[in-house]
Amino acid sequence: MPTLEIRDLHVAVGDKEILRGVDLTVRSGETHAIMGPNGSGKSTLAYALAGHPKYTITSGTVLLDGEDLLEMKVDERARAGLFLAMQYPVEVPGVSVSNFLRSAITAVRGEAPKLREFAKDLKAGMDALSIDPAFAQRNTNEGFSGGEKKRHEILQLELLKPKIAILDETDSGLDVDALRVVSEGINRFRGLDASGADTGSGVDTGVLLITHYTRILRYVKPDFVHVFAAGRIVEEGGPELAEKLENEGYEAYTKASA
Amino acid sequence: MGLETKPLSTLHERSSYNVADFDVPTGREEEWRFTPLSRLKGLHNGTAAASGTVDVTVDAAPEVTVETVGRDDARIGKAYVPADRISAQAYASFEKATVLTVPREAVASRPSVITLRGSGDGAAYGHIVVKVEAMAEAVVVLDHGGSAVYADNVEFVVGDGATLKVVSLQDWDDDAVHVSHHHAQLAKDATFRSFVVTLGGDVVRLSPSVSYTAPGGDADLTGLYFVDAGQHLEHRLLVEHTVPNCRSNVTYKGALQGEDAHAVWIGDVIIRAEAEGTDTYELNRNLILTDGARADSVPNLEILTGEVAGAGHASASGRLDDEQVFYLQARGIPFDEARRLVIHGFFAQLLEKIEVEEIRERVLAAVEAELAR
Ligand SMILES: Nc1ncnc2c1ncn2[C@@H]1O[C@H](COP(=O)(O)OP(=O)(O)OP(=O)(O)O)[C@@H](O)[C@H]1O
Ligand SMILES: [Mg+2]
Repeated sequence: MPTLEIRDLHVAVGDKEILRGVDLTVRSGETHAIMGPNGSGKSTLAYALAGHPKYTITSGTVLLDGEDLLEMKVDERARAGLFLAMQYPVEVPGVSVSNFLRSAITAVRGEAPKLREFAKDLKAGMDALSIDPAFAQRNTNEGFSGGEKKRHEILQLELLKPKIAILDETDSGLDVDALRVVSEGINRFRGLDASGADTGSGVDTGVLLITHYTRILRYVKPDFVHVFAAGRIVEEGGPELAEKLENEGYEAYTKASA
Repeated sequence: MGLETKPLSTLHERSSYNVADFDVPTGREEEWRFTPLSRLKGLHNGTAAASGTVDVTVDAAPEVTVETVGRDDARIGKAYVPADRISAQAYASFEKATVLTVPREAVASRPSVITLRGSGDGAAYGHIVVKVEAMAEAVVVLDHGGSAVYADNVEFVVGDGATLKVVSLQDWDDDAVHVSHHHAQLAKDATFRSFVVTLGGDVVRLSPSVSYTAPGGDADLTGLYFVDAGQHLEHRLLVEHTVPNCRSNVTYKGALQGEDAHAVWIGDVIIRAEAEGTDTYELNRNLILTDGARADSVPNLEILTGEVAGAGHASASGRLDDEQVFYLQARGIPFDEARRLVIHGFFAQLLEKIEVEEIRERVLAAVEAELAR
């Protein structure tokens, strides 16, 4: 049963401390939402977990299935089952989506997918997310609109089938239709059908969803909601906390932590 | 023939068939300041006796005639007058020239491959003329390899409405020195496509240039180079727009890795007063993969008319993009593979321009081999 355990995590960029003691455990089958003001360190947490070289872990531990995640290289973390859907997906000129995805699947599975099978999976995945098949031949994220980039992140999520997925503002900048399509993708990954019923296919996955808005949480129902302020989690609760935050804002927390 | 001076421009003002019209370069001259003269094995100062050989063999399409001619052949030196000392030295020193002719309206059914192979000691000098007559079409490959100290001039004469596509591959042995001029002269509505790939050699200095004799000419010059430790690979482009309504596009990209890997790219475009309606763009990008490698990139765009259709240039040298590598790694792709994909991506658009499948495959394989080093 995959578990991501974050204990007293401190992270700096240069000599500026940004995360100041984060504690969080995500178990498979659980969906956690993190909400918090701009600049509070949500993306920093996401990047630090993925192993981005700009972020230095100054103290704390992170275990994925009991293994020390912080000891692993970026690609090892991904192969161990961690996935980060980025707030700002990176453009990779000259590398087609199809070539990129095939390389990623090969790396994660440890063997190259059969060409026919890959083509079939890719087509099905793109159809489900209403992505034009022509995108397979386009350069990765290059010239994609904001919404297209986010769909492409969820396509990767569904194809790579990680154990723990961190989704950093995947809902930002999506129109209502795209939000529904993307949410359905996340729910498929969680093993839920369109009505939210468990299909039994996603029992081994956990989701950490970073967002500013409750509108995605109406589709992707969280089990836990965490409030992030000034580099740490300052409150935890159930789905009702999200509604409260949307109505009242973060003022109470930002004042308290300042 | 004496020294000709072109007073209108500050660039490339001299040309002559006579070696004595050019001083021996000292390295302080603008045109020589990047080149390591001490590694040219005397090509620049008259001490490189023509005691070596570079074998030239031609496997031509059936529609193309191939001749080996003497120095006095009337077709030699018609399109191009040497513009520097080594070019003039090559012009003065070659014994036999190779002339390819694509007759009027003929369409060559396959690429014509000119293979140049150096075999060790001593300098050699060469001259090639490729003449594509009106409305004809051809693809020509220049394939340079082996060990050599070689200076040559290549003239591409593209007739009215004709199309010439050239691929020039410089994949010499590690000790080779090659200094070369490629000049394309475009007649009315002629199309010229050049694809230069420079990979191997100690010093390679290649100067591709283009001139137009009538409106409607269209030149596209693409280059790809991969510089390893200790190598000096230099490309000096000159496009001279002297007639109205011609087009030129220059795109060169290179990757550098290793101690003292040195790339030089000079991109000179001159649009003279009479060349109204010119459309030109030039771009150079360098990917510096390790410390100790250096790229010098100097675009010069000189516009002497107010009436251009478009004129621009761009030049950038930078490191491998960490964010791109991170993104790929974050999807499980190991660092080496991620790096390979990004470098591949950097060259991908260029490689697509090579229309001849077998040559594209070969260049791709050569780039792969460089990446595997
Ligand atoms: N690479 C970096 N270089 C410099 N400062 C950084 C870097 N990454 C994050 N920071 C700083 O750390 C702080 C937290 O940023 P982070 O992106 O984690 O916030 P966030 O909670 O994701 O905000 P948002 O809601 O706007 O996405 C900010 O003050 C930011 O400027
Ligand atoms: Mg953020």
